Amino acid sequence: MLGHILAARAAGEPDRLLAAIPYAQFLGLSASLDSGELLTTMRYAPHLIGNPALPALHGGTLGALLESAAVFSLLWAAETAVLPKTITITVDYLRSAGPKDTHARGIVTRLGRRVAAVRVEAWQDDRSQLCATATAHFLIKREG
Amino acid sequence: MTAPEDEAAAARRRDRRLAMARAFADNVPHNHALGIVIEAMGDATARFRLPYAAKLVGNPETGVLHGGAITALLDACAGAAVFAALPQLQPIATLDLRIDYLRPAEPGRDVWAEATCHHTSKNVAFVRALAFHADGEAPIATAAGTFMIATKLGTVAPRGGGA
Repeated sequence: MLGHILAARAAGEPDRLLAAIPYAQFLGLSASLDSGELLTTMRYAPHLIGNPALPALHGGTLGALLESAAVFSLLWAAETAVLPKTITITVDYLRSAGPKDTHARGIVTRLGRRVAAVRVEAWQDDRSQLCATATAHFLIKREG
Repeated sequence: MTAPEDEAAAARRRDRRLAMARAFADNVPHNHALGIVIEAMGDATARFRLPYAAKLVGNPETGVLHGGAITALLDACAGAAVFAALPQLQPIATLDLRIDYLRPAEPGRDVWAEATCHHTSKNVAFVRALAFHADGEAPIATAAGTFMIATKLGTVAPRGGGA
């Protein structure tokens, strides 16, 4: 797993991070670099729907996207010696997310020796219209 | 003192309401995709089971489920507890959800979630939930969430002709 991460980082191909994670494939996640910034995208598929009447994406899928995006941004930004372990995540749902692709980006707000804090934002068509945000804390282990 | 007929009628109403809440929760495509089984619904409670599946693994080396799958299970179970608490079925939407991961899920084992809706006001429902491997075992994760009641579809009154 760590070999994968190092190789993806060395090659500058963040999508390689996801290839090895079955759950990321289940959600339809992909990662790309957008002017140096790591973007995680959840491709729309009918099995992601939570409310068929609206229709709207399941809150759990947005939570999972935000958590994954936080992990990826951390792996991309930090020289971690182990996979980050989620301690806690708090998701705020700002507006219902329609049956479309959803993008997320994480901002590492604090990088300590044992704990990292990441803020994550998710949106669909318009980046100024966020559909969900989250803050998460991760247990990490940094060398040095 | 209530007459036995009243009690019987109330019990029937309750059963009907919980059956509808269960049908509502069962009609969620993503719950099916995850393989979630609705095991029980009470007056303001729900008990769901997430069968262990290879597609939900987050770390292929250990076989441990991805945290996102636990998040989705807790969100779904918490939502069902809100449905079970409402006097009549209304659309709801998660407002916020906090999850604390106490310990990793063990590979190969199903995960259960139990949620209780502790209060509903006109607009908001308050829920707490637990995820665990077996009754009496230490929890894998705890969650606290709030839900908005009567979102969009529920608040839009049907408009007919006339005044």
